[in-house]
Amino acid sequence: MSKFNQKYEPVIGLEVHAQLLTETKLFCGCSTKFGNKPNTNVCPVCLGHPGVLPVLNKRAVEFAVMMGIATNCNINRHSIFARKNYFYPDLPKGYQISQYEEPLCENGFLKITTKDGVQKNIRIKRIHLEEDAGKSIHDKSDTTLIDVNRCGVPLIEIVTEPDISSPEEAYLYLTKIKQIVQYLEICDGNMEEGSLRCDANISVRLKGDNNLGVKTEIKNMNSFRNVEKALEYEISRQIDALEDGEEIIQQTLLWNADLEHAYPMRTKEEEHDYRYFPDPDLIPLFINDEWYNKINHSIPELPDARSNRFIESYSLPKYDAEILTQEKDIAEYYEMVAKNSRDYKSASNWIMVDVMSVLNSKNISIKEFTIQPENLSKLINLISDGVISSKIAKEVFQIMLESNQDPEIIVKEKNLIQISDEKTILEIVKKVIEKNPDQLNEYLSGKEKVVGFFVGQIMKLTQGKANPQMVNKILIEELNNKKNKI
Amino acid sequence: MQYSNLSEKIGLIKSGRISLIENVETFLQTIQSRKNLNAYNFVFEEEAIQRAKEIESKIKSGQSGKLAGAVVAIKDVLAYKDHPLTCSSKILSNFISIYSATSVQKIIDEDAIIIGKTNCDEFAMGSSNENSFFGNVLNPVDDSRVPGGSSGGSAVAVAANLCDVSLGTDTGGSIRQPAAFCGIFGLKPTYGRVSRYGLTAFASSFDTIGPFAKNVHDLALVLNVISGKDEKDSTSVNQNVPDLISVLNNQKKYKIGIPKEYFAEGLDVEIKNSILNIVEKLKAEGFQIEEVSLPMTEYTIATYYILITAEASSNLARYDGARYGYRSDNYSNLEEMYINSRTEGFGTEVKRRIMLGTYVLSSGYYDAYYRKAQKVRRLIKEDFDKVFQQVDLLITPTTPTTAFKIGEKSDNPLEMYLSDIYTTSANLAGIPGINIPIAKNSNGLPIGMQVLAKQFDEEKLISFASRFDKT
Repeated sequence: MSKFNQKYEPVIGLEVHAQLLTETKLFCGCSTKFGNKPNTNVCPVCLGHPGVLPVLNKRAVEFAVMMGIATNCNINRHSIFARKNYFYPDLPKGYQISQYEEPLCENGFLKITTKDGVQKNIRIKRIHLEEDAGKSIHDKSDTTLIDVNRCGVPLIEIVTEPDISSPEEAYLYLTKIKQIVQYLEICDGNMEEGSLRCDANISVRLKGDNNLGVKTEIKNMNSFRNVEKALEYEISRQIDALEDGEEIIQQTLLWNADLEHAYPMRTKEEEHDYRYFPDPDLIPLFINDEWYNKINHSIPELPDARSNRFIESYSLPKYDAEILTQEKDIAEYYEMVAKNSRDYKSASNWIMVDVMSVLNSKNISIKEFTIQPENLSKLINLISDGVISSKIAKEVFQIMLESNQDPEIIVKEKNLIQISDEKTILEIVKKVIEKNPDQLNEYLSGKEKVVGFFVGQIMKLTQGKANPQMVNKILIEELNNKKNKI
Repeated sequence: MQYSNLSEKIGLIKSGRISLIENVETFLQTIQSRKNLNAYNFVFEEEAIQRAKEIESKIKSGQSGKLAGAVVAIKDVLAYKDHPLTCSSKILSNFISIYSATSVQKIIDEDAIIIGKTNCDEFAMGSSNENSFFGNVLNPVDDSRVPGGSSGGSAVAVAANLCDVSLGTDTGGSIRQPAAFCGIFGLKPTYGRVSRYGLTAFASSFDTIGPFAKNVHDLALVLNVISGKDEKDSTSVNQNVPDLISVLNNQKKYKIGIPKEYFAEGLDVEIKNSILNIVEKLKAEGFQIEEVSLPMTEYTIATYYILITAEASSNLARYDGARYGYRSDNYSNLEEMYINSRTEGFGTEVKRRIMLGTYVLSSGYYDAYYRKAQKVRRLIKEDFDKVFQQVDLLITPTTPTTAFKIGEKSDNPLEMYLSDIYTTSANLAGIPGINIPIAKNSNGLPIGMQVLAKQFDEEKLISFASRFDKT
């Protein structure tokens, strides 16, 4: 990375395809359900039989418009569908219905914040609606099998201006896209499963140069990390080539994640001429005020707004607010916990540390997490009311994970209530000191470290239930009493 | 048994005075005896009789539809569930449709009997029915001549009594021109009036489905059944469908325009005189008639052939041998499979149009051809909009010549394209048009007169045409 920071700067534009979570396909009534038996979610329309016609799915239009509004785009009230013509066996009609001139959304932007806290706007050139192609499965013999189930599933393509200047920014931008589509509930955002796909256009230029260099396109990066890696790879490759006095060839490359290497797929001369033209089977898409307003009203609170609200309403640090709002379901879980608890920051800590580590280790989502938010609120309240110590709380949390019980009941049944009675604690302190004359002498001779030993003994005796602050206070007083008597 | 139109015949069938099954059998015998005309690609003999029996019992129970027992032939570009859909092409010669076109389903729902699928030019591309994988169709008036195209088989099926009525398709004149050559009525509806769902696309923004018949009443009857908005066709229009039977013979004296550009050089003198003759008679009857101008007419053929080939090149991309239809035996990789399947599967005219269309959409040529042609199309439409502010109907010849000899124009595609010179404008403008058989020339060949109206004014066409109906 350091090499190009000095002399060169990369210029990156991303094209993201997001598969929309509609029930049915973009132009027919077939199910979009993933994982069904091959070639079962099909009908004459998506099979491209002679004489069939497309009928636009209104829900997909609404999802695309929501994304446009969420990314600050102009929504073109009048947009048209176009045919992108090319031959491929998994494209039954011999063309893909997409948008070319007059797309649905244009000229938006998305704000990202880099690690150094610098904010940057990534401009979005356009968002358009299109249908997905089928899947070609090349088996080990020489045959290719075709599954048309995916054919006609609605996609939005989100195209940025070349505003991205590093692999890190690309990663942040993608994370933001994923976060927004998940908040809008229009796409599950899973790059590994292909519901979110990313292609990148990359060029490098000398710093300060206003002209763009020759670009290459990288395809097939099927995870967020792969996008970063592939971009790093390609930027270095281009810089090395330029340093060696070579010219960059405009071409499309395919990323191989296993080998961490990009292989040329085709050069500019081999590019398809897609012969785009307006699809005569579809009338122009017109979005009137009523429909626009209805869509606009259906947009939920977005991540940035929610993060700001968390800072204000729950007095959380910015760091906490951002982590908690990264995923919509986690943010919602937090709010349910916070609503019933008397310590918002403690609720944040519990979720960011304890809850998330369970999610990570079990590789589950918050929706599959067993502890109900009201029970976590109760646990947090038990601590802030001094009924149990934080340490005991961790134990209760473990029991809750397994038994899914109310923490108040666990604490009672297991007799875990904190001992906060001064007299009781004093008696225990006295007993422990009496039983350990050697350690007492050490203390008296100035070795204050042995305080820890006494605390340990007290906790052992009380099975950890003694209020630690009180134990500390009373123990020190008692020990000092002994010292003063000498 | 005497009847003057299909409704009367259906009445006689319903009352039992004509036997439904005998009627079907008679048609089957005529089809057999006129096999030389090659009007049908497929005849569904047993099925038609079976269906006749079903409809007979429906009639008995008093639950039969508007077309009960009518014997209908459909052009082999229309989808009919579980029946072949070949488009008269080798590339679909083994293809069976798994669904029915909306228009076909509508006539079935009214209890018509589909007797067979008619021959046509391959993918409806042609003006003489000489571009068919199943061979030429002959004109029943003179079997050394073409019946016109592309719906040649559907026209001949009606003209030669091989069915009661038939459905054809019209992208640039493919109903009106063969109707003229065969001496029958044929109507191309307004674009959007009849659902295109199930019509194998040739040029999607031009394609229409319409009826052929021996009289205007039958035309009106069938058009009423197949019209209407269809949720499966986004380009179909939600426009009230008037009762076309009720306007027959209403004697309305519409204001008529004679576009001068349609009577210029290249028009056969006998055709010209026959039409002008009619115009004089109409004047005498008190019709208001004026000469009008459609100045964009000279650009019609060029605009038409740029746009329809562009759309066709994309519409026909799906026939690639990968999923259905003909696949060449001769390939060793995907590209070869595509090239050889399409080279062997498509005929010459279809390939010519695919290449033209691919060219006009190519980057670098798109603006000069496709985009320019779209602009001219709009101007042509505006020409008609203006004229229809002055007049109700336009009278023109349907064709520049009467039916020509088989083989006469097959080596000269440009000359062949010019036989559509008077019909393509209606498809560019999306307006309805009808062919009215008005006379025979000195060789006994039918002469057709075309009448055009503004969008959704089929009512006026039907009303006016019924004056010329001698049945």
